[in-house]
This record gives sequence, C-alpha cells and structure tokens, in this order.
Amino acid sequence: MNELIFFVNKVLISGAVLGSIYALGAIGITLIFGILRFAHFAHGDMMTMGAFVTLLLAAAATALGLTAPLPMGFMVLPLAMVIAAGLALGIDKGFYAPLRARGAKPVTLLIASIGVTLMIQGLIRLFFGVGTRSFFDVESKVLYRFDMSAIGATRPLAITQPQILMFIVTLIAVIALHFFLTRSKFGKAMRAMADNADLAQVSGINTALVVRVTWIIAGSLACLAGTMLALDVTLKPDLAFNIVLPIFAAAIVGGLGHAYGAIAGGFLVGFAETMAVFNWAVLLRPFKDGPLGDIIATLPRDLSIVPTEYKLTVAFVILVIVLLVRPTGIFKGASS
Amino acid sequence: MIRRTILLYIALLALIVGVGVVMGAPFTVRLCVEAAAFALIALGLNIQWGYGGLFNFGLMGFLMVGGFAVTFVSVPLNMDFWNSDGPVMLLKVLVAAGIGALLIMGANRLHRYGFSKRWQRVVQVIAWIAAYLIYRSQIDPAAEYIEKEAGFVGGLGLPVVFGWLFGGVLAAGIAFIIGKIALGLRTDYLAIATIGISEIIRALVKNMDWLTKGTLTVSPVPWPVPLPQQYQTWGVDTLMSFVYARAGFLVMVLIVLGIALFLIQRAYGGPWGRMMRAIRDNHIAAASMGKDVTARQLEIFVFGAVLMGIGGAILTSFAQIFDPGGYQPINHTFVIWVMLIVGGAGNNYGAMFGGMFIYVIWVLSEPVSAALFVNLSGLFESWGWGAIPEIESRSLQMRVFVLGLVITLALRYAPKGLIPEVIRKEG
Repeated sequence: MNELIFFVNKVLISGAVLGSIYALGAIGITLIFGILRFAHFAHGDMMTMGAFVTLLLAAAATALGLTAPLPMGFMVLPLAMVIAAGLALGIDKGFYAPLRARGAKPVTLLIASIGVTLMIQGLIRLFFGVGTRSFFDVESKVLYRFDMSAIGATRPLAITQPQILMFIVTLIAVIALHFFLTRSKFGKAMRAMADNADLAQVSGINTALVVRVTWIIAGSLACLAGTMLALDVTLKPDLAFNIVLPIFAAAIVGGLGHAYGAIAGGFLVGFAETMAVFNWAVLLRPFKDGPLGDIIATLPRDLSIVPTEYKLTVAFVILVIVLLVRPTGIFKGASS
Repeated sequence: MIRRTILLYIALLALIVGVGVVMGAPFTVRLCVEAAAFALIALGLNIQWGYGGLFNFGLMGFLMVGGFAVTFVSVPLNMDFWNSDGPVMLLKVLVAAGIGALLIMGANRLHRYGFSKRWQRVVQVIAWIAAYLIYRSQIDPAAEYIEKEAGFVGGLGLPVVFGWLFGGVLAAGIAFIIGKIALGLRTDYLAIATIGISEIIRALVKNMDWLTKGTLTVSPVPWPVPLPQQYQTWGVDTLMSFVYARAGFLVMVLIVLGIALFLIQRAYGGPWGRMMRAIRDNHIAAASMGKDVTARQLEIFVFGAVLMGIGGAILTSFAQIFDPGGYQPINHTFVIWVMLIVGGAGNNYGAMFGGMFIYVIWVLSEPVSAALFVNLSGLFESWGWGAIPEIESRSLQMRVFVLGLVITLALRYAPKGLIPEVIRKEG
C-alpha cells in the first residue's frame, strides 16, 4: 500500500495545496475582472507584498517576545490582511482610479497593472533583497505523520501544519465569501454591478463603494494566499509573480467574473499539474506479480504524462486550450 | 509634430553622448547596439499593436525563437552529432511528428464526411493523444541518445546574417501558428493567451537540451563582423578594439533597422497601411467594406513577429551566448511594451525613439541609483542610522521599479506617447 500513500502525498495533498493557493488568488482576479472589467496582472505581486507584510509583522511580534502555539506568521495574518487591504485601496486610488475617471479602455488598465507589478516587485527587491526568506527561521515547521500501518503501509502519510492551516483557511474564506455574496447587501450589490454596472448605478447602488469593497476583499485574500504560500514553501520576491499565470488559468477555467468558478478552476488546475507529472507506473507496481504482470513489465518505467520540468507548463496549456475552446470558462453563466 | 520628433531625437543623441562622456566609449557603443536592436523589436510590436491593435504579450517567446535560430544557424557543426545515429533518430522523430500531424488534420476534417460535431470532438481528442504518444515514443530515446553522445545537435556553421534571417522566418512560422489559433480572441484574452504561449515556448526551449543545450547555454555565438580579439591581433589596443568591433556591429544593426523602417514606412503610408488602420479602429466597418479582417490580422501579426525574431537574433549574437534561462517576461516582454507606450504607439519614429530611450533609461537606472544609494548611505551614516547594505544588488533592482513608474506615469500623463500617431485628415 506504500504506493497508494505515495500517490496521496504526491498528488492529492500537493494538488490540494496548489489548488488552495490558486483558488484564493483566482477569486481576487475574478472579482476584479467582474467589477472593474480588466485583467489585473499585479495580483501576483499583491500576494507577495502581503506575504512580506506578514513577515514584517511576525518578526515584530517575535521581537516583542510573543509566542504562539501556531506559526507566528499565521497568528499575525488578520492584521496583515487589514494592512494589505489598505495597500490595495491605495494602489487603486493612485494608479487605476485616475485612468478609470478618464474613461480609459480595459487594455490601458491592464498595461497599468503591469506597471504596478513592476513597481511592487522593484520595491520588494529594493527593501528585502533578492534572497530567500523563511517564516521558520526561529520556530520549526510542525510535520504531522499519520501512521498507515492499519492498511498495510510502512510509510506514513505526511502533512505539514501550514498545509492543514491552509486547507482550513481556504475553506473558511470560501464559505465566508459565499455568505457575503449571497446574503449581505454589499455582496448582492457586487453581483449586480458585475452583471451590469450601469443598471446597478441607476438602481441606487453606490458603485464607488462597491469598487472599494472589491479591492478590500481582493487585497486581503491576496495577502492570505501569499502568506499561506510563503508558509508552505519559502518567501522570495518572485514568489507569486511566477504563478500569476496559473492563477489566471484557474480564473479563466472557472469563467472570469465567476467567483465559484474560480475556486473550482483553482483546484482543477492544481490537481491537473500534480497529476500530469506523477509517475503512474508507481500505482501499477503492486500488480507486478499478479496475472497482469507480463503486460506491466512491457510498459516503460516512467509513465508520467509530462516530464517534471514541465509542471507549470501544464497550467499554461490548460489556459490556452480553455481560451481557445471555451473562453467563457467551463461553467455556464459567467457574468462577464 | 516634425519639430517635436527632431527635438526628441536630438535630446536622445545628447543623452547618449553624455553617457559616452561619463561611462566611456566601449560601454556606450554596446548600449547603442542593444538599443538599436530593441528599437527594431519595438517597431515589430508597433506593427502588431500600433497598426493592427493586436495585444501581443508573448514577445519573449519570439525573441527566444530568434535567439535559438541564430544559434542554430551560425554555431559551428557538431561532428559528434553528425557522426552518430542522431540524425537518423531525428528523422524518425520528424516522421512520427508528421504522422501525428496527419492524424490531427484528419480528425479536423471528419465533419466533411458526415460525422456529428460531438463525434468529431471525441475523435479529435483521441487523435491528439495518439499523436502525442507517437511523438513521445520517438523523441524520448532520441533526446536521451543525443544528449549522451553529442551533448546537443550543434549548429550549421553558416554566416550569421543567414541566422538573423532565419530568426525572422522561424518567428514568422511560429507567429502564423499562434495567430491561426489565437487571433480570434478579445484583446485581454489574447494578451493572456500570448503570455501563456510564450511561457510554453520558454519551457520547451529551456528543457529541450538536445536541441538548444538548455540551461547549459551555447557560447560563443559568432559575430557577423570581426570580434575585438580579431582587432587586437591586428595591433589595435584593447580599449579601442572593443569600440571598433562594436561599432562595426552597430553599423550592421543600423542597416537592418534602416531597411525595416524604410519598408514599414512605405507600407504604412500606402493603401495597405490605411486598410490596417481601418481594421484596427473599426473592424466591423472594415469587414463590411469587404476587407478580410482575420487574414489581414494574421498577416500583420506575422510581419511584426519577423522583426521581433530578427531583433532577438541580433541580441543573442551580440551577447555571444544563448542562455534560455536568461529570458524573463520583465526584460523581454514588458520592457518593450513600455518602450512602445512611452514612445507612441502607431508612430514608427515614436516606437524607435521609445525603444532606444527606454533602453538607455533601463540600463542607466542601475548606476544612477547605485550612486544615489552610496550618497544616501553616507548621509544615513552621518546621521547615525547606519549604512545601506548590499547596494549593488539593490540598485540592480531599481530598474524594475523605474520601469513600472515610467509606464504608469506615461499612461496617466501622456497616454498617446511622446511622439503620438499622426492622424491624417484627407479631403
């Protein structure tokens, strides 16, 4: 059964981790697209920025002598999210709002968001250097091992504490977002505006306020996603810049402007990546001595769909295929 | 308008001369060569975006293709490869790829033989999977064999200028495929799709070690003109040998740039250019006048890509090294967009000006911010705050910030660029 445990560790857990990050990022991108109608490229760097805000807060908290049962980076997350939301509002006010006021085309806003990406990245590298940092310099990362001898496996199921926290947090964020969008006044106003901004405005919805709420949600979710990613791996200036396209892939797979689609798309892309590079021959090993042994022996030893170095490329291929075959996303009724 | 253009170019010349006085001649000539290559690439983007309104964010892919092309054509023959079984195995790969392509093409035509759409989809998917498996069954052993026996396939040992041309041709071929499948998309979707495709190209070039040597990099890539070392054997001192050799290269690049500009300018002023602008401004109206919008857009996408491929080839042969790991979206896609937006989309002189001007700023922001930081650091020390650590690596990063600042400011205060498009009003 070791092969099954290997599969769970390599495909299910890593896929869920990737999927959670992609989903959290894609929600922000898809909300901004729904409300403001442009592809926000700076979202990846807003994630990185959020992670660095958390790092600073965690360092400050540790320096004050605070200790916590959970990783410090996780404990200061709520405060970091508030700060990140404020930064997102500031970025909008400084760079996007003037363009919107001029009535610029979405294309112009897209280019502006790339400018913002470059500025955020430049500033992060300027202040923090290009090296790799970790939240776990002073504290250690807890690793849970679940003994699987009950089903006849000698290897344990391994999962780290940040990964478990990530699943919980993603779940909470998704449920909270669901209730916010369906039950609250602002949530309904947001959906109305995503459907038809002009109609929303004439029916008395304060669209400027909705835009602000959108940035607050997107900014704080970006901070959440960035921090959880940095807790899981390490923190570097191009942490999220490299995954902004897979995140776009997730948002597009789910249909841009469609919040639930983004969640599904995130997990879909995440699992697709881990499954594509998984060596499926591993799962056939237990049957080597069975009746099918002869057939299995003739198969190549490496049965992964693509070589490991093409892992991120899988997301791009999905992105391009979905754009070409079904640009509205795999779910019907996207509001864009 | 003309006065403004001339003034801006004079200012640019003064800036470069100023750089030359401060940084020395070899540095400045190198800067000029690279700036001219980027001007050529910016012209290519201007064709696509300024004339055609096509939102191509995959420039990095085309530059890489150009770089690979010149490496493949101009690097000397690798006899280890030609004497091994490699060529035969590659031939088999080619046959396998051909069979795969036939399968896919066959599946695409099924609807003509009375198959329903649903069945055609199913067969198409199966055909793609089968083609992939057939291709993988041949390429995997071939790649492994070549990497083990010969390192990589090597080059063809032809003159560099052929490599530049081949860069344009190869980029055109790839642009044709990309355009064929992606040009129907709306602007922002097209942007995302082209970024995705360029990342796929990057992953392929980086990991196909048998063809490109991957991250091991290929060097030296030859020059079309004598190298500095050549001048040194002729008795020129080291400093001047660099100036002469790079100046020779600069002349080559300027000739290419001049030819490109002349041709584009002619096309732009003619009926073809008018038609392109009509399509860009209102493709529905243009289509109703009988223009084949899709075909024209494909045409313009390919033309732009030719210049990008040549530009990428020039950059690679000038650097003398083809390093697939060195290609970054910031350095090879976004910076060129900044050049075009700042210079002025839709105006060739604007695109060229932006290309050179932004490249100079991009390069200069490092030494300038280093000097700034050293001074600030001294100031902080005198205030008792301590010095700024790692000034060198930090100032290198400043250029990313400067680039972002320039583009956002340009979008806000000069959205049409420094040398905007000239709108002619006939009649």
